[in-house]
Amino acid sequence: MSDELVIDVAGLTKSFGGRKVVDNFDLKVPRGAIYGFLGPNGSGKTTTIRMVCGLLKPESGSGRVLGLDVLSDSRRIKERVGYMTQKFSLYEDLSIRENLEFIARLYGLDRRGERVDQALADLGLAERQHQVAGKLSGGWKQRLALAACMIHEPDLLLLDEPTAGVDPKARRDFWDQIRRYSAQGVTTLVSTHYMDEAVQCDSIAYIAYGKKLLDAPTADIPGKIGLRAWRVAGRPLQQAQALLERSPGVELVARFGAEIHVCGHDGALIAAAAARASAAYPHVKIEEIEAGFEEIFIYLMAGSADNFQ
Amino acid sequence: MKLPAIPALHLPELDISWARVMAVFLKELVQMRRDRPTFAIMIAMPIMQLVLFGYAINTDPRHLPAVVEMREDGPMTRAFLASLRASSFVDIVAVARREEEAEAMLRSGRVSYIVAIPEGFERRLVRGERPQILIAADASDPVAAGGAIGAIEAVARTAFAPEFEGALAHLAREPPPYEIVVQRRYNPAGISAFNIVPALLGIILTMTMTMITSIALTREAERGTMENLLATPVRPLEVMIGKTTPYVFVGAVQVVIVLLVSSLLFQIPFTGSMLAFVIGVGLFIFANLMLGYLISTAARTQMQAMQMTFFVFMPAILLSGFMFPFRAMPDWAQAIGEALPITHFLRIVREVVLKAAGLPDIVGDLGPLALITLVLAAAALLRFRRTLD
Ligand SMILES: Nc1ncnc2c1ncn2[C@@H]1O[C@H](COP(=O)(O)OP(=O)(O)O)[C@@H](O)[C@H]1O
Ligand SMILES: [Mg+2]
Repeated sequence: MSDELVIDVAGLTKSFGGRKVVDNFDLKVPRGAIYGFLGPNGSGKTTTIRMVCGLLKPESGSGRVLGLDVLSDSRRIKERVGYMTQKFSLYEDLSIRENLEFIARLYGLDRRGERVDQALADLGLAERQHQVAGKLSGGWKQRLALAACMIHEPDLLLLDEPTAGVDPKARRDFWDQIRRYSAQGVTTLVSTHYMDEAVQCDSIAYIAYGKKLLDAPTADIPGKIGLRAWRVAGRPLQQAQALLERSPGVELVARFGAEIHVCGHDGALIAAAAARASAAYPHVKIEEIEAGFEEIFIYLMAGSADNFQ
Repeated sequence: MKLPAIPALHLPELDISWARVMAVFLKELVQMRRDRPTFAIMIAMPIMQLVLFGYAINTDPRHLPAVVEMREDGPMTRAFLASLRASSFVDIVAVARREEEAEAMLRSGRVSYIVAIPEGFERRLVRGERPQILIAADASDPVAAGGAIGAIEAVARTAFAPEFEGALAHLAREPPPYEIVVQRRYNPAGISAFNIVPALLGIILTMTMTMITSIALTREAERGTMENLLATPVRPLEVMIGKTTPYVFVGAVQVVIVLLVSSLLFQIPFTGSMLAFVIGVGLFIFANLMLGYLISTAARTQMQAMQMTFFVFMPAILLSGFMFPFRAMPDWAQAIGEALPITHFLRIVREVVLKAAGLPDIVGDLGPLALITLVLAAAALLRFRRTLD
């Protein structure tokens, strides 16, 4: 059962106004996985997620979600999917409890009061249950939204940038919660911009301009990209950075606190550039390090900037 | 034994869960209660409109339908009938031989007048006994009634003038050798408020019921809550029933307000069957909710929904018989009017409130009203977007 695919779609394509926003997208997510979905703004993440849960009709492509046909069986898919929208989409003029009761009724749940109480307790919302949702801060709204999409105990969670604009503590709590669900066998597809969240995923799909550029287990990604990195520290850092940025073979220069990381694929060219920088600025130290996710994703993002046109 | 399924008759759209309908209904009810300003307007609007509109709108009606009740057929009465036919004030739609026939036409609203010529009219005219020509006018619309009564007197004068010659020349005198008796039916004093106020109920319900539901779905789309709603297993029909039902109560409150104001402020008697009234008004509220819901499937923003509501509101005022006597309108306008729920409602409410009508009297308008409601509901369901496309 463990290698059963919960999402298995292929060739998903969607255009808006004649522009392909998602282009021939394939995705296979095994049961229980936490699958990260990364890409710059406007790259088509939300559109893809909406097609997976039947909120948008793909113009081509096919596949199965939870073993059901993604094109023709969206009603039954919806019964077993919890979808957390990018923008808060519960009722701001209803209280936390009223929102949860509403959702629980829509799914026709038994023991409704009990379940709502449980959801409120799990997410630490019990004391605020009579507060109107519109008055909540971002972190609390996000907890409410998660509670709402979990209340019918879905088999698949689709989370669209669930932690955008939420403080670090709340983000950590949120991810602890996601991992607990995952341990219970819930499958999660989550889009995010945060690298510390990306590395917590089992696998990552990276999308830009509607096309999937990368899809691999998280641990395999550094090897796949083959990016090499050098750490540069000391003074004068600014001038050394300027020199390195102009050197051939340097594909990425990123600042990390008091040091900069220089990345590229051609080790010889970068070594030469490093030698030149050391000669020019003797107090600057340069050494090769292992390329991390930060570097890899900054590198990927730099290649595709924001996708809005 | 289980009956075999009949696939051709199985409509999945009608397979609804009342629990989900209840979910949407309760949610909408809470939201409605929290939206205090809108709620206040819904209550204040009928009172304000009643007070502002309570007085007549002057019009110059022509071509009002009439039935002539001819109990005698002679050269003079034929001349009178010919003049009536030639007049632009009234349109003779029928000539009745029996009183009941003519009365039924007046009550059902098919005609605005009965012009009755009694038996022995000519004989008594010649003898100088001043026979009567009876005009029974449907004064529930006093504008319509008042206009043509004077006109018929003029028609009679010109019709009889050529007859009063030679041996009958002595009849050409003032006052004329006959008497025109006018009976105002249903609203004897000819008070225009009697006509306007019940009709205003139609206008108020059209405006508020349509508007409030027309923004119901667009508000969800605009605030982004539609995305969440569509991600759940809820079905279009469940959303429609759940979202519109709370407003039935608002409509009921408005009806009570209008009835109270019309009886307390304008002393309008309620003469007909309460059951007929409740059925008529209930169906009419439903028709408007469906119209509003249909609009909200077409509008992208709440602003658009409001504009579309006003767009359909104009013909409701102009072509329903509210502003101008319906039968005096050109045929094309009457054809449009027949397709509007309010046209049928105005007839129902005038008949029931002013003409003491019961359920059987209003069936002719309940039928079309039900049909219009059904068409609107079906169109709204078909147009409901199941996805965000
Ligand atoms: N309903 C829509 N109508 C028109 N364009 C849309 C619609 N939804 C998304 N887009 C466009 O599609 C592109 C991808 O959007 P989206 O899927 O929201 O990207 P992401 O979630 O990765 O930021 C963007 O350029 C966006 O403007
Ligand atoms: Mg998005």
